[in-house]
Amino acid sequence: MIKVENLNKSFADKHVLHDICATFHNGKTNLIIGQSGSGKTVLMNCLVGLLSPTSGHIFYDNRDITTMSKQAQTMLRREIGMLFQGAALFDSLTVFENVIFPLEMFSKKSYKEQKHRALFCLDRVNLTEAQNKFPNEISGGMQKRAAIARAIAMEPKYLFCDEPNSGLDPKTSLVIDKLINEITHENNITTIVNTHDMNSVLGIGENILYINKGYKAWQGTNKDVLTSNNQQLNDFIFASDFSKQLKQDIISHINTHNS
Amino acid sequence: MYLLKLLHSLGQYCMLMSRTFKRPERFKMFFRKYYKEILSLGIDSIGIVILISLFIGAVICIQIKINIQSPWMPIWVSGFTTREILLLEFSSSIMCLILAGKVGSNIASELGTMRVTQQIDALDIMGINSASYLILPKITALITIIPFLVIFSVGAGIIGAYLTAYLAHILTPSDLTLGLQHDFHQWYFWMGVIKSLFFAFIISSVSSYYGYTVKGGSIEVGRASTDAVVTSSVLILFSDMFLTQMLS
Repeated sequence: MIKVENLNKSFADKHVLHDICATFHNGKTNLIIGQSGSGKTVLMNCLVGLLSPTSGHIFYDNRDITTMSKQAQTMLRREIGMLFQGAALFDSLTVFENVIFPLEMFSKKSYKEQKHRALFCLDRVNLTEAQNKFPNEISGGMQKRAAIARAIAMEPKYLFCDEPNSGLDPKTSLVIDKLINEITHENNITTIVNTHDMNSVLGIGENILYINKGYKAWQGTNKDVLTSNNQQLNDFIFASDFSKQLKQDIISHINTHNS
Repeated sequence: MYLLKLLHSLGQYCMLMSRTFKRPERFKMFFRKYYKEILSLGIDSIGIVILISLFIGAVICIQIKINIQSPWMPIWVSGFTTREILLLEFSSSIMCLILAGKVGSNIASELGTMRVTQQIDALDIMGINSASYLILPKITALITIIPFLVIFSVGAGIIGAYLTAYLAHILTPSDLTLGLQHDFHQWYFWMGVIKSLFFAFIISSVSSYYGYTVKGGSIEVGRASTDAVVTSSVLILFSDMFLTQMLS
């Protein structure tokens, strides 16, 4: 579980995050949603320690990352897996070498065991056939899957995904969402996904935090999204007239069904 | 303002170097990367080093013979001067200036691209000291390989000089040999090698600094690459003056 308390982040005189309080549960796919520029990437970067918060606390299972020593932070990072927006695979390494990389760096297992684990992860994301290819030889969706395989290679307790569906077609996005959700439940990981993809919100959002202009504006589940009266949230998720009408139809259907 | 910016960059550079010179997490991974860097920074540069040195050696010999040598000078002047120029300045300093262009831009653009595509962030998130993992093998590899590049450069330069003797008949091979062997001080050779070690550190560390600290996109990566070459070249010329004074 990751808990955020009164988190603030400023860059010079620009205040980006204002008193964010949230809890991200383990074994659940937690989503951070918001418009571009709302501060969700800054929040994620603070969570993983790439940025230091101006004030506030971040607890990883009661371990406060903001007051931790550098060495303790480094050790904690070995429990973290991260999927970056652009996959961030190492260009000079093949897909297999990318996946085995964290194992070779940190694992005390024999090479045979490391190879077995890497192949297992590649198989889990259905990428065994592309293991000898370089990142620039595979599609964007495959790169994302390879990055997921690398992120889970060390069996992390916390998984962060920064806009995993950006640049992907809807069908491939669903594959990635499904994969993230399955891996979260299989391994009881605390997963935090940064997204503004509405399919992800409605599909896998078991705990959704909505950030608006740097403030926490709403928190709930994907089912709550459909019935929420929060105007800002509705304007964000159901932005088009068609989707607004669709929401009205769903609410009427639910009301009819209940009565 | 400019001085403040310079001091800020110097401070950032020193902090980066203090992170770089840390014990590698896994020596196996370090040596693997070190070996790759030897190949990409060193072995891949042998061709250009030999090509340039060959022609410069030939040109120096021709210039000395045509413009300096006169009947009242000893016959060994052309060979002697060619050797001294190659050993003392060309193969160490000028060759390193050329390498600053090739290797420096290579390092800066590689690290810069890794930075803007979040590959360095990925290393940091894994709990790896990215500075040490990426930069230390480059610095050690270039320092290891550069004395050999200097030796190849001297050798190629002398071969170039002989080509002028055998093919262009600018001077006789025996006159050239006499000049090349005349009043040889072994220390001059070592001086070139020692200077090149300092220049290798400048090229690899300065270029790594510019690449590693890139912020932005492809334009900034290009700018970092240019800055790396310009700064490395200026520092090489500047330190060459002091090193030559100190070692002579």
